[in-house]
Amino acid sequence: MFDAWMMDRVLLATWETIYMVAISTFLSYVFGLPLGVILVVSSDGHILENKAVNQVLGSIVNIMRSIPFIIFLILIIPLTRLIVGTYIGTVASIVPLTLAAIPFVARLVETSLKEIEWGLIEAALSMGANSWQIISKVLLPEALPSLTLGVAITTINLVGYSAMAGIVGGGGLGTLAYYYGYQRYENAIMWVTVIILIILVQLVQMLGDSLAAKISNRRR
Amino acid sequence: MIEVKHLTKIYKTPGQEILALDDVSLQVEDGEIFGIIGLSGAGKSTLIRCINMLEKPTSGKVIINGVEITALEPHELRTARQKIGMIFQHFNLLSSRNVFDNVLFPLEIAGVPKKDAAKRVMELLELVGLADKAKAYPAQLSGGQKQRVGIARALANSPELLLSDEATSALDPQTTRSILGLLKDINKRFNLTILLITHDMNVIKETCDRVAVIAESRIVEVGRVIDIFSNPQTSTSRSFINTVVKRDIPEELLERPEGHAVSGDRRLVSVSFIGKSAGQPLISSMIKKYDVDANILYGNIDRIKDTPFGYLTLELTGPPDQIDEGLLYLKSHGLEVEVLNHV
Repeated sequence: MFDAWMMDRVLLATWETIYMVAISTFLSYVFGLPLGVILVVSSDGHILENKAVNQVLGSIVNIMRSIPFIIFLILIIPLTRLIVGTYIGTVASIVPLTLAAIPFVARLVETSLKEIEWGLIEAALSMGANSWQIISKVLLPEALPSLTLGVAITTINLVGYSAMAGIVGGGGLGTLAYYYGYQRYENAIMWVTVIILIILVQLVQMLGDSLAAKISNRRR
Repeated sequence: MIEVKHLTKIYKTPGQEILALDDVSLQVEDGEIFGIIGLSGAGKSTLIRCINMLEKPTSGKVIINGVEITALEPHELRTARQKIGMIFQHFNLLSSRNVFDNVLFPLEIAGVPKKDAAKRVMELLELVGLADKAKAYPAQLSGGQKQRVGIARALANSPELLLSDEATSALDPQTTRSILGLLKDINKRFNLTILLITHDMNVIKETCDRVAVIAESRIVEVGRVIDIFSNPQTSTSRSFINTVVKRDIPEELLERPEGHAVSGDRRLVSVSFIGKSAGQPLISSMIKKYDVDANILYGNIDRIKDTPFGYLTLELTGPPDQIDEGLLYLKSHGLEVEVLNHV
């Protein structure tokens, strides 16, 4: 039941999960980080105050965040097909994972940046800094410890989402657990998957915590 | 020279309007340290923020060395701001940068070449006495050291004007004195105009050449600090001065002490000394010259910026004509004399 062949399957599935999660975390920050920055700087009284932009983006983010992931996954199958050519497999899963994570990342980034004292922005303004300089030299570096923790939270969320994607053929540990654990009643596989997921989540959290602490400590 | 002309600022919130500045006009001369004093909520913070347009005035003009700051396009304003340094109550240093990089920050913004910028940062750190802390992070510094970094940072682009927003309000008295000393030193050395706001009359007394007193969004009195101290015109100014120098004489002293019979006249006079006359033994020479006795009831000597300044409350006894002549003698030597009562 749990032989060398199965071991290979588990390792492959683990690798698929890591691959999916890593790429979608990265891509969700490529889009979510700028989105979060725009949400902050366009807010009332901020450096690029713009009510229209802020409200439109805010609404889109809220709408996307209110759709449960498992429904979202099915809902955007046409889009996934358009981009990847198929909606089954590891690469195809990256599309819904990334899209679902973008609004989440945007809100996390927004929260991190909003914690920065206005006095720092005021000081930069008084030196003649432009908006880009304030974003790149004040907002992001000052929020770095908190942003790092946000990356860990996002990654962990995506590990969970990826398992859900696995159930509809997304590959990775989710698919493995579903096919063998659920459909064939092989409990051992189910447990192995769960343990690997726990280890992955622990590793990511530890890595995030220690990186954030390292950055904060250097400044202390 | 900084000219503030008819500046008005109204904050609009749904349902109400708050008048923060009401037709404020001021002139600050080149090379002077000009103080604005007021209680919290009086409008001084809004006023200093209007000078570099961190707050946009509702109406009125700010003109710095002939340039109308209030009329500049955003990119022109950013260039103009590079020549207006600012220091803050809570320092506002970047926690992500060490001391060196914090002072480098305004030079980066101004696009100064790296090599020149690094040299300039070290010069500035020498100036504020923190060259050995270049690699330290703000969190490792004391309040006074943080403000020194703030000052170095504000001076980086060789500003024409330094704005100080309650720069010593978060510091203990000793540290306050050393920071004020540094500001005076910088003012002298570079002939740098400094505009500071504070709620602490000691700051005005120790550093400023001129002062504007602001109350309820308006400027109620402007003048040389010495003049305001020796002759305040408004109750606001008087109450600020009273926080620093005690001028009121206890009631009992104004009455003739019981069983204290004196032949001739008895007068209580208040004498104030400004500048050089504070260093001369004028009272004792008056006593020698005229047939007058002096009893010192109360005395205080202090310093307004670099000028010695003192008060004495004297009880003078003797023949009336001799007292008159003695007082004339004091006046002719530059003392301000005020007769408090005539018994």
